[in-house]
Amino acid sequence: MGAAYLKLTGLVKSYDGRTNAVDGIDLDVARGEFVTLLGPSGSGKTTTLMMIAGFEEPTRGSIELDGEDLGRRKPYERNIGVVFQSYALFPHMTVAKNVAFPLRMRRFPAARQASRVREILDLVELGSFADKYPRELSGGQQQRVALARGLVFNPDVLLLDEPLGALDKSLREQMQVELKRIHREVGVTMLYVTHDQTEAMTMSDRIAVFNGGALEQVAPPLEVYHRPRTRFVGEFIGDSNFFSGRRDGERPGLVLLDGIGAHRVARAAWDEIAGSTVDVLIRPERIQLAGEGDEARLPNRVSMKVGVIVNYGDSVLVIGETDGHPLRMRIAGAQPDAIREGATVTVGWGPADAHLIRRD
Amino acid sequence: MAGGVTATAALPRAAARRRARRGAATPWLLVAPSCLVLIVLFLTPIGYVLLLSVTDPNVSLGHYVRIVTVPLYSRVMVNTFLTSLIVTGLCLVLGFPVAYVMARRRGWITTLLVTIVAMSFWTGFLVRTYAWLVILGNKGPVAAAYAALGLGSPPRLLFTSFSSTLGMTHILLPYMILALYAVMKKIDPSYLKAAASLGARPGAAFRSVFLPLSLPGVVNGCLLVFVVCLGFFVTPVLLGTPRDMMISQLINQQIEELLAWGFASAVAVVLLAATGILLTIYNRFAGLDRLWG
Repeated sequence: MGAAYLKLTGLVKSYDGRTNAVDGIDLDVARGEFVTLLGPSGSGKTTTLMMIAGFEEPTRGSIELDGEDLGRRKPYERNIGVVFQSYALFPHMTVAKNVAFPLRMRRFPAARQASRVREILDLVELGSFADKYPRELSGGQQQRVALARGLVFNPDVLLLDEPLGALDKSLREQMQVELKRIHREVGVTMLYVTHDQTEAMTMSDRIAVFNGGALEQVAPPLEVYHRPRTRFVGEFIGDSNFFSGRRDGERPGLVLLDGIGAHRVARAAWDEIAGSTVDVLIRPERIQLAGEGDEARLPNRVSMKVGVIVNYGDSVLVIGETDGHPLRMRIAGAQPDAIREGATVTVGWGPADAHLIRRD
Repeated sequence: MAGGVTATAALPRAAARRRARRGAATPWLLVAPSCLVLIVLFLTPIGYVLLLSVTDPNVSLGHYVRIVTVPLYSRVMVNTFLTSLIVTGLCLVLGFPVAYVMARRRGWITTLLVTIVAMSFWTGFLVRTYAWLVILGNKGPVAAAYAALGLGSPPRLLFTSFSSTLGMTHILLPYMILALYAVMKKIDPSYLKAAASLGARPGAAFRSVFLPLSLPGVVNGCLLVFVVCLGFFVTPVLLGTPRDMMISQLINQQIEELLAWGFASAVAVVLLAATGILLTIYNRFAGLDRLWG
């Protein structure tokens, strides 16, 4: 990753002077990067975004853009676009007028305004809607207009506050692809707030996971998924099985899982963790039905009592338990014959399928 | 209605028809009492006034011709419209900032303003008119202030068009503020945030976003104030001067002092027509149902 373009340092926001809505955020964003701020509601991600936009004043800490402190600049003096969850399209202006608004405020010559508006409306594929009013458009179209309006003046950064929250599922997926395409074509630095992990996974260069006003982890999507730094991240993103256990100091590569017993993990992962108590994450899709003869491949095995079976068509989610521990297994493809409600099956996973998280 | 018909499709025909008929009659039954009141107490007298204006003392359009041609009367018409315009303008200028603060700010200042506006809205206008009699009167605080500053006696304030305009503006101001507030309150604050993020300074954001969005409130408020002002009677009588007579004073004078029912009716019809025309124009462009926010 290159030098920081947008740099948040020790950012704190407190509304009442006692509790911090945002509690010491450090985040470097490279030019042209797409970073998602992901977290449950109330975790401080939107407040962080609003401080970057200039609508909220940080209690402490600094925001730098391209080496320049933004602290003293009013929202209208920062060259930062914002796409609001409610879109906030001006209802008394046509699509073209809405999109031309930032250009008008910057006193662009009329001819350049018109050509730039046409160009950006073509980018979001709304060229023929220029003379419509926002209320005449569907939610998805309004969303694109808001995007066009936020991009038309070539902002240094585009902030998006849960922009797909109000759309239905299929439209949301379509817009994710669309947003990714636009990001690629325009190359603008984007900060995207969402509580939807799928959106974060599909679009981001990196994900910044928020929890309780602080950052739990900042990493590319797959790293966040496979190597979460904390138990919270592992549970928040994707489906998960967590076991607590202790590293067996006598036998490298072994972890004693509470209530389950000895468990083999990758040696490198074992060595990496200092300390004794650990959380062990095993993603449900890493667990498979174990049979005779594959002990070498699946040395970790337990017997699973099948509870509920959820069939998605392309995969099957099996929810059950092993020795009182809840266990979730996801099998790709059709439902195997052995999996029936109430049945007990032997399942297993390999050493590399477990991820260790240090517990303090 | 359509839902009701489908739901009853399975019933025997006669029953369905009976029910449909009752369904159609019910709304009329509900509005019948108020319709009756309106017809007896409102439409009948208006019809009578219309009739009087062209039949009393004899059948002719003479009264209307006099209203237009006799300068004394046409001046009353013009004066009424001008006064209403001035009062409306003053209410708008004074009310807009108050409504703006009420709609945009949170906390005690909003509560305080809403309380003050609502209280003056609910205080009878006769009471408030008398209050001006006291304030501007010979023994009132204005005169006392002049005396205390050694400026002698103040210029004549009461019984001038100044005091009557002041009184009417004061009385109608809450209408304007509430009409503006109802619309401004609904303007999503994110519009202004969006404007700021797009590079609009506060002044530009106000001009190009807030002001246009508050225009329906401006139109509503102006219409309310103007229409009420056109027919204002008590305040101009108590605070104003007969020289700057308003339409309703003229009507009163014609009936009380001259027993000229026919002419008074004609003036009343002109007032009614003016109000009707204004409301029709409004209805054409905005829809009357939006007048109350």
